[in-house]
Amino acid sequence: MNNLTDSNWVLSLGTFLPLLGAVVIMFFTSKDDDQTPKVIGIVTAAATLAVGVYTLIQFDYDQADRLQFFVDAEWIEVISSGYTIGLDGISLPLYFLSMVVTLLVMIYTWDNMPDAGNPKAFYSLMLILQTGMAGSFIAQDLILFFVFFEVVLLPMYFMIGVWGGEQRKYASLKFFLYTMFGSAFMLVAFLALFFQAGDAAGGVESFGFAHLYEFGALIDRDVQVWIFAGMFLGFAVKVPMFPFHTWLPDAHTQAPTQGSVILAAILLKLGTYGFVRIALPMLPKGAEAWAPVIGILAVIGIIYGALGCLAQTDMKRLIAFSSVAHMGYVMLGISTLTEFGINAALYGMVAHGLITGMLFFVAGSVKHRYHTLEIKRLSGMLLQMPKMGWILGFAAMASLGLPGLAGFWGEFPAILSAYNPNEALSEELFRVLMVVAAVGTVLAAAYLLWLYQRTAFGEPGDEFKGQSEVEQGKHEGLAHSLSSAANDHGDHEVIKDVQRTEWIAWTPFLIAIVVFGVYPQLMFQVLDPAVTALVETINAGIKLP
Amino acid sequence: MLAANFLLLAAVLFCIGVFGVIARRNAVMVLMSIELVLNSVNLNLIAFALMNDDVDGQVFALFVIGIAAAEVGVGLAMVLLIYRNRRSISLDELSELKG
Amino acid sequence: MLAAEVSNEVQGALELTSGFFLENLWLAALIPAIGFALILFFGKKMPNGGSEFGLASMAASLVVTSGAAWQWLARVDSGKEKGEEAFGLLQTFGRSVPRAAEGGEVKPYIEPVITEWVWWQNSGLEFGIGSFADGLSVLLLWLVAFISLLVQIFSLDYVRGDRRYTQFFAALTLFSSGMLVMVMAGNMVQLILGWEIMGLCSFMLIGHWWEDKYNSHSALKAFFTVRVGDIGLLVGTAVIYFASADWIAENLPGQSGFDITAIQAWALSGDSSASGAAIIVGASALFIACIGKSGQFPLHTWLPDAMAGPTPVSSLLHSSTMVVAGVFLVSRIYPVFWEAFNIANGGLSFIAVIGAITIVAAALLAFVQDDIKKVLAYSTVSQLGYMMLGLGTGAWLPAVFHVFTHAFFKCCLFLCAGSISHSGSHHSFDMKKDMGGLRKHMPVTFGAWIVSSLALTGMIPFAGFWSKDEIVDNVGNNGYTFLMWVGLFGALLTAMYMTRATYLTFFGEPRGAAAGIHHDDDHGFATEFHETILHAEDIDRELVTAGAPAKSLSAAAAHSEDHHDDDGHDDHHGDHGDHGPHESGKLITVPIVILAFLALTSGFANPTPLVHPFGVAGESVERIKTYVEPRAVPVDIEVVGGVSHADDHGDDHGDDHSEEALAPASVDQLSLVGNGVLAADAEGEDGKKEGCGFTTPAEGSVCFFPAVSHAVPTYGKIALALIIVLVGYALAGAFCVAYYGRKDERLVGLTERNAVARGGYLFLKNKYYLDILYERFIVRFVAHPLSKAAYWVNQNVLDGTVNKVGETSKNTGTWIYNNIDQKVVDGAVNGSGTVASETGHGLQSTQSGKVNQYGALIFGAAAVGAIVLVILNVN
Repeated sequence: MNNLTDSNWVLSLGTFLPLLGAVVIMFFTSKDDDQTPKVIGIVTAAATLAVGVYTLIQFDYDQADRLQFFVDAEWIEVISSGYTIGLDGISLPLYFLSMVVTLLVMIYTWDNMPDAGNPKAFYSLMLILQTGMAGSFIAQDLILFFVFFEVVLLPMYFMIGVWGGEQRKYASLKFFLYTMFGSAFMLVAFLALFFQAGDAAGGVESFGFAHLYEFGALIDRDVQVWIFAGMFLGFAVKVPMFPFHTWLPDAHTQAPTQGSVILAAILLKLGTYGFVRIALPMLPKGAEAWAPVIGILAVIGIIYGALGCLAQTDMKRLIAFSSVAHMGYVMLGISTLTEFGINAALYGMVAHGLITGMLFFVAGSVKHRYHTLEIKRLSGMLLQMPKMGWILGFAAMASLGLPGLAGFWGEFPAILSAYNPNEALSEELFRVLMVVAAVGTVLAAAYLLWLYQRTAFGEPGDEFKGQSEVEQGKHEGLAHSLSSAANDHGDHEVIKDVQRTEWIAWTPFLIAIVVFGVYPQLMFQVLDPAVTALVETINAGIKLP
Repeated sequence: MLAANFLLLAAVLFCIGVFGVIARRNAVMVLMSIELVLNSVNLNLIAFALMNDDVDGQVFALFVIGIAAAEVGVGLAMVLLIYRNRRSISLDELSELKG
Repeated sequence: MLAAEVSNEVQGALELTSGFFLENLWLAALIPAIGFALILFFGKKMPNGGSEFGLASMAASLVVTSGAAWQWLARVDSGKEKGEEAFGLLQTFGRSVPRAAEGGEVKPYIEPVITEWVWWQNSGLEFGIGSFADGLSVLLLWLVAFISLLVQIFSLDYVRGDRRYTQFFAALTLFSSGMLVMVMAGNMVQLILGWEIMGLCSFMLIGHWWEDKYNSHSALKAFFTVRVGDIGLLVGTAVIYFASADWIAENLPGQSGFDITAIQAWALSGDSSASGAAIIVGASALFIACIGKSGQFPLHTWLPDAMAGPTPVSSLLHSSTMVVAGVFLVSRIYPVFWEAFNIANGGLSFIAVIGAITIVAAALLAFVQDDIKKVLAYSTVSQLGYMMLGLGTGAWLPAVFHVFTHAFFKCCLFLCAGSISHSGSHHSFDMKKDMGGLRKHMPVTFGAWIVSSLALTGMIPFAGFWSKDEIVDNVGNNGYTFLMWVGLFGALLTAMYMTRATYLTFFGEPRGAAAGIHHDDDHGFATEFHETILHAEDIDRELVTAGAPAKSLSAAAAHSEDHHDDDGHDDHHGDHGDHGPHESGKLITVPIVILAFLALTSGFANPTPLVHPFGVAGESVERIKTYVEPRAVPVDIEVVGGVSHADDHGDDHGDDHSEEALAPASVDQLSLVGNGVLAADAEGEDGKKEGCGFTTPAEGSVCFFPAVSHAVPTYGKIALALIIVLVGYALAGAFCVAYYGRKDERLVGLTERNAVARGGYLFLKNKYYLDILYERFIVRFVAHPLSKAAYWVNQNVLDGTVNKVGETSKNTGTWIYNNIDQKVVDGAVNGSGTVASETGHGLQSTQSGKVNQYGALIFGAAAVGAIVLVILNVN
């Protein structure tokens, strides 16, 4: 590996700056002061994003297939693990996305602190979370990856457990244990891979990715299959794939809005990223053996998640279930083991992060205003909060894969790629999967539009009628509602349309969804070279005798 | 020979002291009895020192006298305080340490 | 561009002209897209609610497309002029030339003008977005821009005062942009983009008045039904892409299986049939998408419900433009269907069968509709069936021509219906209840309606005659006699239902609103613009069991009233709050008149050469045939090689035209040499057809279009068609006069007396029970039991397993805690504690607190110790 640029400090800075901010918040602010932690948090996140932008500028796009800003320092020599970090076209979008999302979520939190309060703890946890997420995407060493991967877990646990809904204890514990369960197997798999690859390399042992790409493929096929199984458990829980998804609806439903957004936008991607970055290229034969299983489970997830959505009565839970379906497309793309599919999967990861993040934002704001997310009780949102209603409609359209919006570019090529999977895989099976996955797009349209019809269209229900700013404005215009307006003001808080901090937090999401939808080349040109190199590694590994 | 006499005297004093410690109810008497016991030990120490022509025993006796003085000082002070609080120095009544 | 010049030199003879508009055709779609954004962000602040942006962008778009059309004509003509030289040149190549010589006329392949930018890339291949100008796309682009502009003008007055006026124009403009994007697509992905944007706009516009559950339901139904078909679009695109990938990589480097030209070439190359079932699967899948989008049987059910949208929407989207997207897709990559369904050899294709069923099924349904818009909707479905029938039987040209003419007269009919409801029947569309005798009050509308109806029914010399009868004629000519009779039967039905609609609307006694009578609920509407959809939930959603739907009318009216009594705009429609029918204003009648004029004349764009047998006029009058139909000519491919357009793409180019250089792959990488011409109907010596689409093109050359044949009409056939139409008029006219006019007792109540009549009536009234099947069974099954079951599985089986595992581990833990931890491990710890404690208790008595005792103990112990020491030392 070469050092392509001199500025290899930017990755470490971008990763650990949030941690510094968290330390500052923890030790230098008082617990009674609500504003200072928020300011420090946002400033830190903004500075991190600035580093991210600098990274984006410095990145050499002509060599997106190679690791850049590469650092390989000694870390834990005893176990041959190094502080190896680097960024290529696969990691770059996710790395940057995590920075953007964290900042926007913090801005959103400025006015929408969850009920449990304590911004000091909340902001420091978010910053720690950011370090974990960014670190996972740049790590080029298994142990380092594992550490970052697990660092993410704890802040999320507390976020759900402290600031969550009524059943937060159950949800947070479930989330934590489920993920730990997967991680345990994953760690065992990592260790097995380490030793087996060491044997294959003639005794040279290392946790470095580059080393494992080279020698992991030399491991016996049977052994690879077993090691892959361990990794599969670890990553599949995180994705989450059917049937390991049941923690997700609970975690999402109970988590505060901020937690849901980060969970959907970034955390789920750690699993799929793990598959792409670690499991597939290090264990190509294992991947080949497991690909049909992954493909089948992915497609079951698509249909199954969609059906689950249709049965929901709670808006947030519905969105959570839609994640299962969407991540199914991502996994379907990955399971084809082709450039086409993996490109689509990576695009889908970012698109899903943006779109579902947006949907969770809206759900959070709706909850904030109506104090309920029960679909039955919400109705006529377009009349009460026109802008919010349109944004929901926009996000729903993006989510169902409308061309011209980002979701399409994850979904369509993924379906397409299933027609022609890797040569080593069964064409017939994947063609069946393709058709089933295509049926899934119809179901996606069904549950999203049905949701939209029930919540946004029609007239507001009696429960909330006349409580919104828009309606009251109209009433006053008609000048017959002095008494009723007074009534409304007295009994309830006024339902307002999208607020300023919400606009600030959401606009980048909305713009990104459109921009990536209209001009997908923006991201494909970064992804494609890196994916091509990756698939070459996989194919070479599969073809080894 | 000579030593035997010293030892005999010391033994007698010791026994009287022990008897005093065990039998007397008055705290001051008990303290005095302890003093007797200590002095009997002192006698022994000096006797053996002479017998062995070694000055160590005498030095040791001097230590014991010093400590005994301190002990009596502390002990009498305690007795005085107990007396002040309870108007009695009968040891029978002082059984707060009963387990 | 350098490469292009070089290749042109190589070609020598084939220097086709191009022009600014052809090369920048993408502007036609981009301008409305910008217009949409402007309306969205600034529309509310504009004096006319943003409609000015919409109109301006559509006008600009019309200018671009008109310019492009003009330049395309010049391009084709330039090809013809050079053709003579090309002919001479080609003889030296000695390939296929004899046929050209026989034909006596040289018609080289006219290359489409392609402008593309890199849009996305995957697996090292780059895929473009841009514009693709050939006869078909230029024709339809112009059509879409033109009709969009007229409909927007119409809407200015028609939806004035609507509470979502701005959104209406935004959606309408976005729709035009989407349609233009689709029509100018040079590759399948761009086509899908436009296709789905139209679907979105259709959803938004049908559900324009979403306060009403019926409207949002219809919108959902439309989007959802089309989306079901779209599965086919995704699958079909994928199948075609990968099936053709190898051949294209080998023969047309730089192109991909998404590119239209590449797909066309592949389909006719012989490789497609060698690839086995792939092309059949791909074509079938793509056609399923067309069934959904173009409202073909059995997925047509969304289209009549789509009439819940405002009338301009029905006119623009759901009759003249959007719904022909399916027809457009089939005609765009026609070679695929040609090859897959073996149309060359008269195979009975999926497309033709579906088209024929649709013609009759929809026309029958049009009879039992009381809502004027629904009559027109079913008529649209039926006409789309004609187009599909044409395409399915090899009659490409008449089908495309019918798209062209149909757009004018159907759009006109819808606008007439809108005009009637606007000014004549007080926002009602119920022919039976609120119309009748309107011809006196609305002469302009009446005139336009009659002209368009005559065009629709195929009366000479109106537009429909030239296109529809040409389809029927060609169907017969291509050997599908039975389907030809189906088409003629459809023409009879068309004549009949249009006569009925005309009679009910314009003749007879005025009824309801047409007579100036307003219903009780009217003042609710008078304050706000709104259309009343005749049959709200009651009829449309429920099974009709009794003969008369009267009871549901009041329910529907009452239902609508609920929503509109609270907010209103007094400023609107003050001019006809309480007055009878009258003619509409200029903004409404002018577009109608323009369209009616075109309904009368557009047929002459491609009149069948009636006088041909006498040799008076040649094919030159068939302008559509000359300029639109791609030439079925084999084209040499010479791979220039080495030129890859992957090198220097990037943002720095921006809108720079140098981008073009990499885009027109056909110019850049291939030099196309017109290879001579086969007269379209050329037949070999043994009577078997030869040429593109019939025989595999020679090595090193490709075909882009099959050599379709064209029927030569005879007076006998024309007379037959016209007689059928006249019979239809007469039958329906007589029926209407008897049934509606005189209330003939033999006819009135027939459905109650006669079991057969009742059965038929109910079968039609319930729309073949398809809606019931879809909504009651399929949708309800998926939405309720199936999803509930899946969720139950999730909660009880999967989550149950998880919870069970959790519970079991918890129980195991408890057991271990209770029995092992607490009893064994902790037992040991506690045991030692207990022992200590008990010992202490035992020794408690020694702690008397008595100093004397302690002293005794000390001394006793010391004594004992001394004794032990003594004993030990003694020994």
